[in-house]
Amino acid sequence: MIEVHNVQKSFDGNQVLKGITCTFETGKCNLLLGGSGTGKSVLLQCIVGLMQPDLGSITFDGTVFTNNKVQIRQEIRRKIGMLFQGSALFDSMTVAQNVEFPLQMLTPEMSREERRDRVQFCLKRVGLENAGDKMPSEISGGMKKRVGIARAIAPNCTYLFCDEPNSGLDPLTSIKIDELIQEITYEYDITTVIVTHDMNSVVEIGDHIIFLYKGLKLWDGNKDEILNAQVPELKEFIFSSSLVRAAKRIDDESHTPA
Amino acid sequence: MVKSFGRFLLFIQSMLTRKERFAVLWKRTIDECVTIGVNSIFIVSIVSAFIGAVTCVQIAYNLVNPLIPKSTIGFMVREMTILELAPTITSIVLAGKVGSSIAGGLGTMRITEQVSALEVMGINSASYLVLPRITASILMFPLLVILAMALSIIGGYLAGSLTGAVSAQEYIEGIRTDFVPYNIVFALIKSVVFAFLVSAISSFKGFFTDGGALEVGNASTTAVNNSIIAILVADFALAALLL
Ligand SMILES: Nc1ncnc2c1ncn2[C@@H]1O[C@H](COP(=O)(O)OP(=O)(O)OP(=O)(O)O)[C@@H](O)[C@H]1O
Ligand SMILES: [Mg+2]
Repeated sequence: MIEVHNVQKSFDGNQVLKGITCTFETGKCNLLLGGSGTGKSVLLQCIVGLMQPDLGSITFDGTVFTNNKVQIRQEIRRKIGMLFQGSALFDSMTVAQNVEFPLQMLTPEMSREERRDRVQFCLKRVGLENAGDKMPSEISGGMKKRVGIARAIAPNCTYLFCDEPNSGLDPLTSIKIDELIQEITYEYDITTVIVTHDMNSVVEIGDHIIFLYKGLKLWDGNKDEILNAQVPELKEFIFSSSLVRAAKRIDDESHTPA
Repeated sequence: MVKSFGRFLLFIQSMLTRKERFAVLWKRTIDECVTIGVNSIFIVSIVSAFIGAVTCVQIAYNLVNPLIPKSTIGFMVREMTILELAPTITSIVLAGKVGSSIAGGLGTMRITEQVSALEVMGINSASYLVLPRITASILMFPLLVILAMALSIIGGYLAGSLTGAVSAQEYIEGIRTDFVPYNIVFALIKSVVFAFLVSAISSFKGFFTDGGALEVGNASTTAVNNSIIAILVADFALAALLL
């Protein structure tokens, strides 16, 4: 479980995060939902330590991460896997080398064979067992995301962070990526945090949803509750999609007694 | 200016604290030696051979006084190339080739979040990405400069004998007069300093790129500009200090 307590962050007087308190639960897909520019990526970067929050604390399973000793932060970081918005594969390495890289760096005690087996296992887990020798420039966007996931889970991460895992993908591929993340979360009982503004993902995999609006948390709940949420900003966000409006109408009609 | 120099020093410091395992850095350094050193052999050879040739022909053209022996041509080619042309011109050529590739490579890694990916894994990205590049430059620049010295003297020899400006025998005689070994040491000291300047400045520019593809291009250009200026200033300072 990751606890975020009163996290604030400003850039040159522009306050982006205005005191966010929330928890991300273990074994669930936790979604950070919100419009563009509401500070989702900034919050994620504060949590994984790429940015320092101005105020507030972040705790990973009881261990404080913010402003703690370098060794302790390092210890936690080694349990973090992250899928970046643009996949961020190392473009001078093959797909297999990308997946092997964190193993090489973080677990030097692993033998070459063990590493190769683990790479093969992770590539197979994301359905890319035959793409190991390709370069990142030779594979499609959806495949890159899969490699990114394989690289994130290779060192047996306990916390998985995904920044917009399905931006720039077609709906079918998006759903496949979402399902993959969900399966991995349940299978290994890890804490997954997904930044998204995609309503498909929300109704598909939203075990726990946190809605951010202008640097504040306005709502949290699960995918069954979200369509009936009474927060106007959230309602506006959800029902801006005509697809969701239509779905909601059909849903309501089937529930109203004749 | 002062502020960015301060940031530069902090950057160098961050690179030296919390380093990765030696084996990892060593392997990266060898890889970089290939990209920085081996891949530059061709351009350095061409440039230095022609510089030697042109120097020889131009000195011969200016040397009209019959009282001065022809062997002076060989002597002057040696002095000019070893002391100044080989280290400085080679480093300027490398500032263009190596500097832009370091800045472009690191800038691309930064904007495509590859640097963040390293950081999230708990790797000190400055030390992992930059230290091997600087070390490799410091190892390879002197070797390339030695190559450049040899090739420019050979270039002068060929040009002299082909154009008939100076006979092979006189040229070689000139090459062997009053040789000061310290000049080679001085040139190698210069090349190490230039190597550090080019690789560190370019890494700094590339590493802190922020924005998109346009900024990566700008970072490369500024890296080359600043490296060349730094080389020339350091060249003057070293000559004033060490000669
Ligand atoms: N490094 C930075 N320096 C200055 N301002 C920043 C920085 N990073 C983010 N911001 C500002 O913080 C605000 C929130 O940005 P953020 O990237 O978190 O939005 P987001 O919710 O992830 O949006 P999107 O869905 O478009 O990715 C923006 O107004 C942005 O300008
Ligand atoms: Mg974002």
